[in-house]
Amino acid sequence: MQPTDIKDPEYFHKVVDCQYACPAHTPVPEYIRLISQEKYTEAYMINWESNVFPGVLGRTCDRPCEPACRRGRIEEEPVAICRLKRVAADNKGEVKPFMPQGPFSFNGKKIALVGGGPASLTVARDLAPLGYEIHLFDEQFKGGGFMRSQIPSFRLPESVLDEEVNYILDLGIHTHFNHFVHSLEELLSQDYDAVFVGTGAPKGRDLPDLPGRNEGAKNIHIGINWLANVAFEHTTNIGKKVIVLGGGNTAMDCCRTSRRLGGESVKVVVRSPYSEMKASPWEKEDAMHEDIPIVDNHVPIEFVVKDGVLKGMNFEKVTPIIENGKRKLVPTGEPLVFIEADDVLIAIGQENSFPWIERNIGVTFDKWDMPEVDTLTHASSHPKVFFGGDAAWGPKNVITAVAHGHQAAISIDLACRNLPLTQRPSPFVNLVSQKMGLHEWAYESNVVNDVRYTVAQADKKVTLSNRKTEVELGFTKHEGCKEAERCLNCDVQTVFVEDKCIECDACVDICPTTCITFIDNAEEDELRQLLNMPALNTSQDLYVSAPLKTKRVMVKDEDVCLHCGLCAERCPTSAWDMHKFLYKVTKAG
Amino acid sequence: MTFIKPKFRHPDLPKNKLGYTLSYYEGALSTLCAGCGHDSISAAIIQSAFEMNIEPHKLAKLSGIGCSSKTPTYFLGNSHGFNSVHGRMPSVATGANMANKDLIYLGVSGDGDTASIGMGQFVHVIRRNLKMIYIVMNNGCYGLTKGQDSATADNGSISKAGIVNQFQAIDLCGLAIELGATFVAQSFSGDKKQLIPLIKAAMAHNGFAFINVISPCVTFNNNKGSTKSYDFVRGHLEATGTFDFVPEMEEITTTYESGEKHAIKLHDGSLLQFNKLDSDWDPLDRFSAMKAVHQAREKNEIITGLLYLNQGAMDLHELVNTCDRPLNTLKKEDLCPGNGALASINAGLR
Ligand SMILES: Cc1cc2nc3c(=O)[nH]c(=O)nc-3n(C[C@H](O)[C@H](O)[C@H](O)COP(=O)(O)OP(=O)(O)OC[C@H]3O[C@@H](n4cnc5c(N)ncnc54)[C@H](O)[C@@H]3O)c2cc1C
Ligand SMILES: Cc1ncc(C[n+]2csc(CCOP(=O)(O)OP(=O)(O)O)c2C)c(N)n1
Ligand code: SF4
Ligand code: SF4
Ligand code: SF4
Ligand SMILES: [Mg+2]
Repeated sequence: MQPTDIKDPEYFHKVVDCQYACPAHTPVPEYIRLISQEKYTEAYMINWESNVFPGVLGRTCDRPCEPACRRGRIEEEPVAICRLKRVAADNKGEVKPFMPQGPFSFNGKKIALVGGGPASLTVARDLAPLGYEIHLFDEQFKGGGFMRSQIPSFRLPESVLDEEVNYILDLGIHTHFNHFVHSLEELLSQDYDAVFVGTGAPKGRDLPDLPGRNEGAKNIHIGINWLANVAFEHTTNIGKKVIVLGGGNTAMDCCRTSRRLGGESVKVVVRSPYSEMKASPWEKEDAMHEDIPIVDNHVPIEFVVKDGVLKGMNFEKVTPIIENGKRKLVPTGEPLVFIEADDVLIAIGQENSFPWIERNIGVTFDKWDMPEVDTLTHASSHPKVFFGGDAAWGPKNVITAVAHGHQAAISIDLACRNLPLTQRPSPFVNLVSQKMGLHEWAYESNVVNDVRYTVAQADKKVTLSNRKTEVELGFTKHEGCKEAERCLNCDVQTVFVEDKCIECDACVDICPTTCITFIDNAEEDELRQLLNMPALNTSQDLYVSAPLKTKRVMVKDEDVCLHCGLCAERCPTSAWDMHKFLYKVTKAG
Repeated sequence: MTFIKPKFRHPDLPKNKLGYTLSYYEGALSTLCAGCGHDSISAAIIQSAFEMNIEPHKLAKLSGIGCSSKTPTYFLGNSHGFNSVHGRMPSVATGANMANKDLIYLGVSGDGDTASIGMGQFVHVIRRNLKMIYIVMNNGCYGLTKGQDSATADNGSISKAGIVNQFQAIDLCGLAIELGATFVAQSFSGDKKQLIPLIKAAMAHNGFAFINVISPCVTFNNNKGSTKSYDFVRGHLEATGTFDFVPEMEEITTTYESGEKHAIKLHDGSLLQFNKLDSDWDPLDRFSAMKAVHQAREKNEIITGLLYLNQGAMDLHELVNTCDRPLNTLKKEDLCPGNGALASINAGLR
């Protein structure tokens, strides 16, 4: 193998598993350390800079970082990264002074943002301090997009959302609420230098062809529309018996909301096996905790309506089989299963829909009627039009929308300065030795054994009686501190300098997880097999040195390194050292 | 300040036949200097005991005084241990072995502990062919007392203070062969590929197994001019051959590239496989082993590998014809024949 180029920032970035997996590349270990030092304001600001909505995300994030977390490869559970973010948000002090302070001098450029969700708000936050005049349009009466209309208050209190949306709007954003944009052509005809489309995926899927759909229409609702109606208090109650169709997170929010609006017997019914449901494990657990059974392997056949009144639904029982390597659902042949219901919520997915974008104004749509959007720059085929969030490539989540917003803001800024959109700014990186003295490091190198702490919930009796009462109580400061200590500091990198190495094996002998091997060089596949512990997780890199005096090379498997620093501690010549690596995605400007 | 070894290990660590992972054979975290060769030897001992499927409670580790003699704390934490007086490890090992021949005895000593204060003990334990593994962690100095030249420091070797050693070195391997040790090997702490099979073979040997391991003292004897530094040793190593230890019943998979192949069956059925590099030397012939040691000295080389093996000799228990049961398990009933026997003996003398 060729020696590893540690000067390439992406090498060490990848070692910080959580940060690498985070769509916005939040410097996770950096803020977790601050939480363990009770520096909540600083921890909040690190988050705010990269993910814009720490309080929201600390409660609702899809947390792609957690399955990636190194700790999960070493013991059972990853660090509770998401809930630690909330600890920072809950306990922070005054943060406004650390945010950009307006008014900003106008740079002569005007930008229109269509949709007021996290994607648009991120673009607004990144561009406003640069002097852009930002106009934000949303059909609702307040900003936040789906964070407001879809995510229920028992998961995300309105006050938390308002606070974080307002940090952005207070930067001098011109808001046009209660304003549905009906024509992109018309918007473009005004004096905007760029238009960002952050309109989400606002159309809920229906089951229009299922018998009884029309007859029962009064009591059959599209999940996302119904949730929005609840959020905006147009809907305040539901029948006692409710069926929720679908296995994703929307279904989970629908069923839990139903329980709070009068639903006593609420059932989730899903076509696929339980294990294949799209909902996150914790969402399923929370639903079941609220006495909501999940009925899997049941395919909806018809709505049963008698005398114009919905009575329930018939389902066909299926069983999954594998045929030609593909999973198929085949009927079991048992009689149809009837489930009673006063109301049915259809939560089987959402789609994009752009009725307001004319198809002849230079924005190209593909055969699925989706806009053609460049994955790096977020540019459409129209030089002034950019897409991001769920509007770009379909429904994802808040943190992805934020990441899109940052990249789109960079493109819009480049476009307004007549620079090529491919001229992306390089990340900010910094690598500093953590050595303070003998056995002394600037980070807490000791690895604690604690298992993951769980977040306490409010009493079910209370939460089910008021849809606005938040279920999760969040970590206490003490729990937050203990959980933060579980973090392995994956950003404190093991850096190896070959000309100092005397090949004494001290690092090999001390390494608790057998990461290091001195060995004759070979091709990667072969090398992976020959290490002291074979490196079978190919998603993790091998760190390979240049040839040493004995012609061998040092190979370190990054997979289960604990970042404990013992290799550096035991190295007599400081050929190993621990360096803190900071990687920040550069923002527009 | 933190200096604690995390409890986490590689999640895929293999288990040996007893169901233990390597970590079961570890000891406390070493307090030796970072980079000390002795730590590598400890790691090789851990690996060997793991691979030999040794029940930790079936092994006793014994040592004298010195950095080297401290190492038993850092390996096999679940085994018996005795840290004795300077140079007196062989007596304690002899006593323990006589009392309970069922344990494996692993003695660890230093060049000071063995070649100076403990020399008398060393030669007598060889003479008695006590069944044990005797490892010398040889750094050419008294590490623990700040690096004074030891009796194995080579003539002409320069100390850290710049003083040239005027005395002849004691060649422990040469001495051991001369005295009739039945297993004599030499190796280097930085070459685990060779050291681990040697320790395993020593564990399988029925008699006194001696391994002299050159083990640089990074703090006091790793300077330019020292003949026990990492650089010097690496530059003067001369392996007698590549070598592998194949336990009984295990399929032989090692292949050799060139040279003459040798396989020696040990008494427990396991095999020692050699690929001899030097055709003049035969590890089963004491004279040729002696000659190889002398020649290496002439050529300023450090020969490593298994230098001499004699499987014919009887170990101490066989020599003094002890009973099959370990002596410490014998009860009064076994040892005292009783009044009847006494009466009949007395009657026979009348
Ligand atoms: C029930 C439900 C629960 C969810 N829970 C989570 C969660 O817990 N965590 C998570 O990360 N993600 C969650 N999501 C997904 C998340 O809400 C979205 O991925 C995210 O909000 C997308 O952000 P966006 O900026 O692309 O657009 P959106 O948040 O969808 O905002 C788009 C806004 O644009 C408005 N709009 C659309 N067209 C126009 C127009 N022509 N003119 C004016 N305004 C317009 C819409 O009304 C909306 O307010 C959930 C989604 C649903 C449906
Ligand atoms: C009876 C006695 N005499 C002297 C000493 C002092 N002393 C302690 S260790 C040591 C030498 C150890 O040298 P070596 O065996 O080579 O061990 P190393 O530290 O080099 O591994 C001496 C002389 C002692 N502890 N006891
Ligand atoms: S242990 Fe800490 S730094 Fe490492 S991946 Fe998990 S949260 Fe990130
Ligand atoms: S920091 Fe060094 S000693 Fe610790 S686990 Fe990683 S490679 Fe091993
Ligand atoms: S003084 Fe020398 S022998 Fe003793 S621990 Fe330090 S390096 Fe090893
Ligand atoms: Mg010594």
